[in-house]
This record gives sequence, C-alpha cells and structure tokens, in this order.
Amino acid sequence: MEFNNDLPIYQQIINMIKHDIVSGKIPSGQKLLSTRDLAIKLKVNPNTIQRVYKELETEEVCLTKRGLGTFVTEEEEMILVMKEALVSDMVKTFVEGMVKLNYNKENIIEKINRQFEKEDQQDVNIN
Amino acid sequence: MSILINCINLNKKYMNKVALEEITLKFESGKIYGVLGPNGSGKTTLMKIIADLHKQSSGEITVCGNKPSHETRSKVAYMPTENFVYGWMKVKDSLAFYNDMYADFDMNKALDLMTFMELDLNQKVSSLSTGQRARLKISLTICRDAEVIMLDEPLNGLDPISRTKIKECIIEQFDENSVMIVSTHLVTEIEQILDEVIFLGNGRLVLQGRAEDLRFERGKSIEDIYREVFAHA
Repeated sequence: MEFNNDLPIYQQIINMIKHDIVSGKIPSGQKLLSTRDLAIKLKVNPNTIQRVYKELETEEVCLTKRGLGTFVTEEEEMILVMKEALVSDMVKTFVEGMVKLNYNKENIIEKINRQFEKEDQQDVNIN
Repeated sequence: MSILINCINLNKKYMNKVALEEITLKFESGKIYGVLGPNGSGKTTLMKIIADLHKQSSGEITVCGNKPSHETRSKVAYMPTENFVYGWMKVKDSLAFYNDMYADFDMNKALDLMTFMELDLNQKVSSLSTGQRARLKISLTICRDAEVIMLDEPLNGLDPISRTKIKECIIEQFDENSVMIVSTHLVTEIEQILDEVIFLGNGRLVLQGRAEDLRFERGKSIEDIYREVFAHA
C-alpha cells in the first residue's frame, strides 16, 4: 500500500481498516494480523500499528483479547455506525468540493444522476 | 520504556573543524530513530561517539547508564558505512567470526536471515555485489542482541529490492527493549519506519520530534520538512 507521507500514517491505516470492515472485506469477529506482521506487510514502524490498534480499540471497532490478538467487533450496530460516519464523511467532502466549484444543490444532483446513467449504460454494454 | 542513551551538551571538534555542537538528546528503548541530515552534518560522528569509537571534545554522554567504554561496546551494535567484512572470508566464515567476536550474536537468527536476504553461505565475500554486501553487513549487525543498534546509511547505493529487504529486516528484527538508530539522507525511503526524527545540520540539532506529530502539525512529509530545513545546506 502506498501512503501519503503528508498525513499521519496511523490515521491512514485506521481508515484503510475501517473501509475494509465496512465493505465486508474484513468480516466482523475476524482476527487481525499481529502488530509485527501488519507492520512488515505495510512496511511501517510496529509502534505505528500498535497505535492503530489502540485507537481502534478506544473507538470500540476492535477488541484485544489478551494473548489471543486483536479482533474486529462482532456488534453489527457498531459497524453500521462506522459505515454511517464514513459515508457522511465522503459525502461531506464531495459536496464541499462541488460547492467550491460553484455548483448548487440541483446541479450536484443532476451531475450524480448523469453519472449513474453513464454507469448503467456501461453495464448494458457489458451485458 | 527507558532512556538508553543520554547526551548533554555534546561537542566534537576535529582540529579546528566543529563536527558536533551542543547536542542534547535522549534515546529511548522501543523506538526507531532517524538521524537525518546532509553529508557532513555530524551523523556519523554522533554514532561513533555512542559506539565509543570517538571521544567527545566536551559534554557528557551515557550509554546504557555508563560512559562509553569497552563495557558499553558490548551493548552497542554499530554498522559503519565502511566495508568491515573481510573479502577473503566466505559468508559463513563471516558469521562464524561474528559469533566468536560477540557473545550476544544469534547464529540461528543469522542463518535464517541469510535465506531471507538471499545470500549463499559458501560465496566469498569479495565476490558479493554491492547490494549483497550491504545485506550481509546489516545482517551481521542486527543479529546481535544488543540494546543499541546503529545503522549508518544502510540504504545508500542500493537497488530498490535490496532496500525493501533491508527495511523489512529492520521492522522484523526490531525489538522493544532496544533502540535502533538509522542515519540517512534518503528520507522518503525510510520515513515510514521511523518513530522519531532528529535533523542534524552543520553539527547542530536543527529539529527533533515524533515523525507522526511533525506530519500532523505541518501537513507535510518528513522528506518535505527535510527539504525545507536544509534548503540552504
């Protein structure tokens, strides 16, 4: 994975893990890699991963079972909350960006509709 | 976490040339430090004083609680930039040599590492490529169970694959009871594995801090901060 070195790396890894949980790539209850293994995989400092897991634990996204490792929460509610937060973040960034480009609500909705039409069109072509 | 190295107002002069000026620094266990700075900024001098290969001109330093001496040397593993492996030896001889020299050398770890580093035990050191030799040097240093591990310019002149291997090796072998100090001017290559960064310029401490904090505070990579700090160097 490529990191943006302009931002704290632990924050980027937290977001990556949350995305993977929300999208189902990491199922609920799944055991995460050990600190060192994930550090080696991502080629980052092991202390960074420790901080990531600690933070995810504080947010109750994960829990650490002593001697067993770190696991994704099994509470679907928690995952829904996380999904909601991620989605509103993404929508907020998108809308703010569009508003900066002088788009109003109607224009934005129109743009979104057009994008969906394009994608539907592509699906038709593929099928 | 304990303080393994403590420098207070450290000064070093070579004749009239000032190499280090009023350096006050602490190094804690469980962290990887990057000593960053252009050539001639004092990185190697600082490491050599910690390794008891140079004496400071003034100021104080303790390594694992004691002044640098033959006793602290046994707790410090230092990889210099120079080539210190004998060319007439085979790879396995150099491991055996280190095993004899250092009581804390972990031969099993070293043998495992040779596989990971893709080094042939029976190859002669003089016939190793630059990258292979660098991988051997770092393996010899890192396989010591020392409290202080210092790597002087471990990535210089290496191809991307050797660099990746060396980075992986640092992450894997790093242990929380020891401190690792890595000097380099190839900042981008290494900034993701650093806890703390120390910028040295003309022998002075220019900037110091946690890598993640600096990124957060300045919204910039360590590489960009480096370029800013040393713009005139």
